[in-house]
Amino acid sequence: MSTTLVVDADSDPMLQRRREIQATATASLGRRKLSSRIAVGVCWVFLGIAIVPLIGVVAYVVAKGLPAWNAAFFTHVTTPEGIPGGGVWNAIVGTAEIGFIATVVAVPIGLTCGLFLSQSEGRIAAAVRFTADVMTGVPSITIGIFGYIAIVRNFGYSGLAGAFAIGIVMLPVIIRAGETAFRGVPFSLNEAALALGARNSTVARRVVVPTALPGTITGVLLAVARGLGETAPLLLTIFGNQYMQWSPTKPQDALPLVIYYNSSQPYADLVQIAWGAALLLMVVVLFLSIGSRVTAALLQREKR
Amino acid sequence: MTTVDTPVEPGRGRVRSAMPNGLYRGLLVAVTALFVALVVWYLVSIIVQARPAFSTLGFSWIFAKVWNPEHGKFGLLPFILGTLETTAIAMVLALPIGLGTALALSHLVPHRLRPPLSTTVELLAAVPSVVYGLWGLIVLAPVFRSTVEPFLSSILGWTGLFNGPNDGVGVLLAGVILFVMVLPTMVAISRDVLVVVPNEQVEGATALGATRWQVLRKVVVPGARTGILGAFTLATGRALGETVAVALVIGNSPFIAHSLKAPAATLASLIVNNFGEATGTELSALFGAALVLLVIGVSVNALARVLVRSTDRAGAASVAVA
Repeated sequence: MSTTLVVDADSDPMLQRRREIQATATASLGRRKLSSRIAVGVCWVFLGIAIVPLIGVVAYVVAKGLPAWNAAFFTHVTTPEGIPGGGVWNAIVGTAEIGFIATVVAVPIGLTCGLFLSQSEGRIAAAVRFTADVMTGVPSITIGIFGYIAIVRNFGYSGLAGAFAIGIVMLPVIIRAGETAFRGVPFSLNEAALALGARNSTVARRVVVPTALPGTITGVLLAVARGLGETAPLLLTIFGNQYMQWSPTKPQDALPLVIYYNSSQPYADLVQIAWGAALLLMVVVLFLSIGSRVTAALLQREKR
Repeated sequence: MTTVDTPVEPGRGRVRSAMPNGLYRGLLVAVTALFVALVVWYLVSIIVQARPAFSTLGFSWIFAKVWNPEHGKFGLLPFILGTLETTAIAMVLALPIGLGTALALSHLVPHRLRPPLSTTVELLAAVPSVVYGLWGLIVLAPVFRSTVEPFLSSILGWTGLFNGPNDGVGVLLAGVILFVMVLPTMVAISRDVLVVVPNEQVEGATALGATRWQVLRKVVVPGARTGILGAFTLATGRALGETVAVALVIGNSPFIAHSLKAPAATLASLIVNNFGEATGTELSALFGAALVLLVIGVSVNALARVLVRSTDRAGAASVAVA
């Protein structure tokens, strides 16, 4: 009986096949190891190729921008070429005002849309969601064109027209970030609040928004960072202004514009100002991006 | 707990600003409708403003070769080609280098270094594009003029792609700057989808005797395929629509470039450079250029979103299975 269980190794097709595979695998092992080494090495080389220009940009901006930073850079307005002591105070004021107005208008609208999307299913909500997604990647120059058609043509170039365009750049980012954050709130919390007799608006105000705060703040700060760095929409809406202009109803200057216009100037002192403005803009944007992560992490820890 | 004894007056303090459910829902719908209206207004206003160009020039002007406003010629072909060429250069570089970098960051770099390096890449994605343009114009253009372009001409001159003087600025530099600009986006999203490939599959393949590269090529990359494609498409969208970084380094010439070293222009750089002085048909033609750019941008982004979303689902499913 037991002898029938002994498999004749030479005639069993399964075992033969296994041997064949083992033989092939062993024979090709050296070749496979070598090609693996090469391919993994190529990945490392690509990592190096990717890091060099990216670090190069940051390093150059810091190295060339820091010498431009002096008291006059932050407190004086732009001067024509050859006249020392020029700064970007007017552009700082413009960027701050435009960024502030855009944020103050876009955040409540965006978060309300996000709240709506987080509570809605179905075709209409899906279409709005898709629209917001596509709007995050639409060429920003076309949004500048829209700002020109909608605002500049009727009211002239102004900081407000710039804030309008920047707000539209920020809006879809805020909507999607808000929706994601609000969706993260466990539905049991909603149910508990509703069971206690709270109305939907109270649930939103007292439960959903506070619970989703870390994610919301991260999204808003990232949207602000994105909006502040946008150049193309501003080129068509705020015109630029080398004089001090506090009123956002008039043409204003902004840091991205200073970088754009000064970089192609043949004068070393104007290019220097461009580097200084680039460093300032980069520091602000990185500060917002890092700040968003730190805030989110801190709030998350506090809640536990 | 003595407070329990105090009778609670129903509704007091609690209802301060609680609005009826209907009103609350109405507010949400109204604000969302405002956003939708804004998007519709944006699309319609560009279409309406571009219409005069289409009605005076017909539809063929989009693919006409000559842009000469003084003679009433408003062909967009040089700019469409410029947009496609610079984007193609950027993406040909960004796909292998971005994917290789993402693979290195997700599976090759020592575990301890992964979070800081990944965060750095994500932060670099936030650097404003105008900063890349400044760097390209001041730092990279002289290097291209003195070293890169003569070198490429000497080894690849036979292809005919590198004829003409070494200017530094031109199609090639614009493509390279776009590559550097979209690289963080490409790497960050690809890395995100590569790390969610279930570890069991990686371990299974390794246990079967696959080498490291075989695991990456046959298990990890196929598992993240759609997400990588989505990242690639999103990065393409950014490259197509980029304005200022390109306008600074492409040389801005309204002629079709016959060499990668030649200056050219893209749809976006055409708009910023001519917007200030344009009137009449030229202005309408610029709005038409914006419309063409918008159509290209929306299609590419819609495609990217569909791809990325389908991986969200696939990713969630594969995590659930694991």
